Amino acid sequence: MQISRSIYMRRAVFSVVASLIGVVFALPLVWFIFAPFNARAELGLAIPSPFTLSNFVTVFQNSFAMHALLNSLIQAIGGVILVGGAATLAAYALSRSSIPGKGAVTYILLLFSSVVSGSAAMVPIFLIISAIGLIDTHLAVILVFAGGLLPTAMFILRDFIDAIPRSYEESAMVAGASPIQAFFDVALPVIRPGIVVVVVWAFVNIWGSFLIPFILLRKDTLMPASVAIYSFYSEAGTPIVTLLAAYSLIYSLPVIVLYLFVNWKFGFRFFGGIKS
Amino acid sequence: MASVEFQNVSKTFGSFTAVPDISFSIADGEFVCLLGPSGCGKTTSLRMIAGLETPSAGKVLIGGKDVTYLHPKDRQISMVFQDYALYPHMNLADNIAYPLKVRGESEDKRHARAREVADVLKIGDLMGRLPSQISGGQQQRTSLARALVYPSQVYLFDEPLSNLDAKLRLEARGFLNHLQRDMGMTAVYVTHDQAEAMALATRIAVMDKGRIVQFAPPIEIYRRPATTFVANFVGNPPMNLVPVAAMVDGGQLRLRADGLTLPSLPVSDAIAKAAAAGKMTLGIRPEHLRMAEAGSANTIAGKLFANENMGPESLVTMERADSGRVTARIFTDDEIRTGDQVTLSFDTRHVTLFDETGARIPAIGE
Repeated sequence: MQISRSIYMRRAVFSVVASLIGVVFALPLVWFIFAPFNARAELGLAIPSPFTLSNFVTVFQNSFAMHALLNSLIQAIGGVILVGGAATLAAYALSRSSIPGKGAVTYILLLFSSVVSGSAAMVPIFLIISAIGLIDTHLAVILVFAGGLLPTAMFILRDFIDAIPRSYEESAMVAGASPIQAFFDVALPVIRPGIVVVVVWAFVNIWGSFLIPFILLRKDTLMPASVAIYSFYSEAGTPIVTLLAAYSLIYSLPVIVLYLFVNWKFGFRFFGGIKS
Repeated sequence: MASVEFQNVSKTFGSFTAVPDISFSIADGEFVCLLGPSGCGKTTSLRMIAGLETPSAGKVLIGGKDVTYLHPKDRQISMVFQDYALYPHMNLADNIAYPLKVRGESEDKRHARAREVADVLKIGDLMGRLPSQISGGQQQRTSLARALVYPSQVYLFDEPLSNLDAKLRLEARGFLNHLQRDMGMTAVYVTHDQAEAMALATRIAVMDKGRIVQFAPPIEIYRRPATTFVANFVGNPPMNLVPVAAMVDGGQLRLRADGLTLPSLPVSDAIAKAAAAGKMTLGIRPEHLRMAEAGSANTIAGKLFANENMGPESLVTMERADSGRVTARIFTDDEIRTGDQVTLSFDTRHVTLFDETGARIPAIGE
């Protein structure tokens, strides 16, 4: 009796503590869901009364902010195609061929990748991009993101491909397939879950990034949503909470939709991922 | 169908030599098993026939044509992999028909042909399933079907039965044997299971450390193992090998070892020469040993180590004074207990002698 009571006590304490931590994390999300529909939303949590879409109406009238969503989409999709395609081919080559020192190459790239898209390299990146004359283009943003994300994407995919037996492609080649046929018919479909993970990860990274487009772009017509969100600040620099909340909700929808779509269509599979 | 030939082939991986230098030839229609322990180079040799590894030196010929540097797709070969390598995203029909797809056959034609082969292998009604939805034995037959669906010069097997349970393995082995004899295909089959090699092969190449130690028909390998390595690898359980002191005295060979009572054996020139070294290895197959009275001639004695009942027969293992063990395969109802004294007799005709280096000494009159 004594023992089971102490177990109950421990469980009760654990549950209470866990719930409290959960609430702390949940509160901002609850605000995030309620505030957009509240015409008098403030930073405090309040259930909207009346429930209204007026915030959204105002946001939709802000053509700069709406166009920015399209720009975000262009940059994110462009970056994802480049990262997904290049990382797949590079990771496949690194995994299957016997290039001397390929392990070192991967790890050095990985080490430097955090530098490329990080703020430390902003000045050189700006200088390089302006020297090539790409300042103020979507391509500049896409290229910089691709450079920053590729090494990690390659690393994730290489481990994924390493875990797939070579006998798949070998059996295809023995059966008469060329290496390219073996790659597209057999290897690619098997690698696809890994590519999906990389694609989602790259999309979320680019979609949410502020600094790089902010530095590389000047024209309003090219700014992504992460930058355009500042148009919902008053001239004094204080946020207009109602509009900010509504725009944030719209801004986060594509990522949520992408996640749900991928999860429904492919399912997230991380096996073959990073080995211990 | 075609012949296969290796001319002084070697293969090194960095500083590791998988195959130092082998030459052999396999005639059209032969079923050759490459038999040996893991790491003996048998799989590397097979992969060089397939073109999945390129030899570091030497030539590989298929049907008399030099294919050393030919891509696997241009070799007209079939291969069954140990892990079956079935494509997880294709159903059985597409898996089996894949070789025809890359050959540009129309979908109708290739599915009809795949169905034909699948029916022979009794997986015809599973064509719509994915590989993950069928059993291990069915996966094995699917990979076999994929190898058989198109005409090939040589069929390669890389331990295809090692992932099956014992009963399925026997069944698949029988089927492969029938299939090969029926089609007369040239087959090279890699295995570490001596029973599989004995049952399937028309000739066995026993490999050790990248070299072929003996290349002969199964019965020859069994009756006249070229070395103690072969003797110890083939047979279930393998041949008993007893190190003995040897001398020739009065025209008779005399062998001494703990527990061994062997008054004399006839001498040939070869035996006399080997005996000059003073040491030999005496080989006796477990099935050639019988229970006998203690102290009688042509016997070997020791204390019982283990008595394993196998159903029709028992495996009686005894340990001699020098802690060497000898196993006999005998029909017995005797209740022998661990530690009991056991005497096993043998016919001197069934004795195999190996010289100091482990090479077999030819029997008299051979």
